[in-house]
Amino acid sequence: MLSTANAVANIHSTPETADNEESGTVIALPPAAAVARPPEEQPVRRLPRILQAASDAAAAILPTMVVLGLLLAVWQFACVAPGSALPSPSRIWTESHDVIMHPLKGVTFHGLVPSVEDGDVGIAVHILTSLRRVAIGFGLAALGGIALGVLIGQSRLAYRALDPLFQVLRTVPPLAWLPISLAVFQQAQPSTIFLIFIAAIWPVILNTAAGVQAIPPTYRNVGKVLALNPLQYFTKIMLPATVPHMFTGLRIGVGMSWLAIVAAEMVQGGTGIGFFIWDSYNSSLLTDTIVALVWIGLVGFALDRIVGWIGRRIAHQA
Amino acid sequence: MKTRSYLALEGISVTFPTRKGPFTALGQVDLSIEKGEFVALIGHSGCGKSTLLNVISGLTKASRGVVFLDNEVIDRPGPDRAVIFQDHSLLPWLTVEENVRLAVDQTLKGSRAERRDWVRHNLELVHMTHALAKRPGELSGGMKQRVGIARAIAMSPRVLLMDEPFGALDALTRASLQDAVMEIQAQLRNTVVMITHDVDEAVLLADRVVMMTNGPAATIGEDLRVALPRPRNRIDVAETHDYIHARAEVLHFLHQRFSNPVDRAA
Repeated sequence: MLSTANAVANIHSTPETADNEESGTVIALPPAAAVARPPEEQPVRRLPRILQAASDAAAAILPTMVVLGLLLAVWQFACVAPGSALPSPSRIWTESHDVIMHPLKGVTFHGLVPSVEDGDVGIAVHILTSLRRVAIGFGLAALGGIALGVLIGQSRLAYRALDPLFQVLRTVPPLAWLPISLAVFQQAQPSTIFLIFIAAIWPVILNTAAGVQAIPPTYRNVGKVLALNPLQYFTKIMLPATVPHMFTGLRIGVGMSWLAIVAAEMVQGGTGIGFFIWDSYNSSLLTDTIVALVWIGLVGFALDRIVGWIGRRIAHQA
Repeated sequence: MKTRSYLALEGISVTFPTRKGPFTALGQVDLSIEKGEFVALIGHSGCGKSTLLNVISGLTKASRGVVFLDNEVIDRPGPDRAVIFQDHSLLPWLTVEENVRLAVDQTLKGSRAERRDWVRHNLELVHMTHALAKRPGELSGGMKQRVGIARAIAMSPRVLLMDEPFGALDALTRASLQDAVMEIQAQLRNTVVMITHDVDEAVLLADRVVMMTNGPAATIGEDLRVALPRPRNRIDVAETHDYIHARAEVLHFLHQRFSNPVDRAA
């Protein structure tokens, strides 16, 4: 390495000494800075940034849009007959026009504060009711799941004791808990929240535990050599090392809880998007049901992306 | 009471339980190291070098025997015995500065500014101040290990333990890190125990080369003092009689008296 450095130094000193000593024409070498400049510093001709972003976005979205258009066309063509059991897209548009165009029906704004009337409300209000339940149930599942996951990931004894139990319980479909939940809580609201909780907690527990078990032994050794106390070890090493696994569990969990809430509300009635579907089915408003399906899909997709995004943000910062 | 060396291993043996019954990795190791001494432990793979280092660091408990450091019994890991791990084991979610900072916060009581300056000072010793805000993933292997060294020396340990610190690096990078270690050692005069596979590394860096016999029940086969004057320059020193002699002695031990057990089995 030393010899390389010397060689470089020689090259650089050559033009000056040559200039001084010889009177003949000397082709000066370009200054060192110009030679050494890395290629990425040179400007590259590109589209303006906004245009570039727009064309990237179009390239990403276009294929989906084309497929969606084709599907709608096929659907329309197949269900255009007047007696068709499944309503065609155009019939949904005309018959459920009110539901589609007025999602916030029944909400009045006093300044920025919304107040919801009783009775017939728009679909967005039902969605918000369901989302509030998910927020509580999933929040509890996230806390409990991470705590239990850390416990069984960290302690071999706890793992042996609890893992078989969790493996059996996680296969029970959320709706199967409903009768028990109703019997115990006696009320609709807490039992739906329990249902969401029980649906979401298993993937959080199991993924967190897997993450804790996957912490490389050298990180544990760093913690031991630095003599971190258990709390410091948890916040400085275990938590950041486990975040990616944890959020895999949380993402699956939020999906599960969205599945569970819709099912639970269908059985239970009252408010929420699940109730909306059940209600529209009982009123033979199949077109409303289809609109609700689209809403559920989009909200579920958004929930998944939001949790994933938070996870990535935290993993970057942690 | 008899006088003990600064770091004294007395009758250390380590036995691991395995499926096929107990396995004795180390049998009866006695080793005395003076304060400020740089000791290289050399031996074939699987001879228990790492186990011995882990006993000193406290990460592995000895089945029998005692380790004394400054006349105190060692029974658990602690920041007074800093370890430089082979895989550097920097925490990937912390920056270079934060990685060293974590170690400094555990060992140095002082104001925030003092601790910050101490972190920077130690990163300066390994010439890494240009990468304070970078994460380990953005650094080359050699730079990561430089930060690993800074983290360890920033803890002002009583003993510095190096577990094949340069084993994963290419030859040129390894040479420049060896120079960095010698430079730092000249300033700090730490007590160092270093594991290595590399005969030249051992002879160049160490005051003593401790050679281990093959396992199971490995123990110390020979203890060679390297009397080369410091500072040592790898090019100048390579032609001296002492260097050539020490090197030959270690090679003889490793390849004739205790040749690689894998080769013999084949």
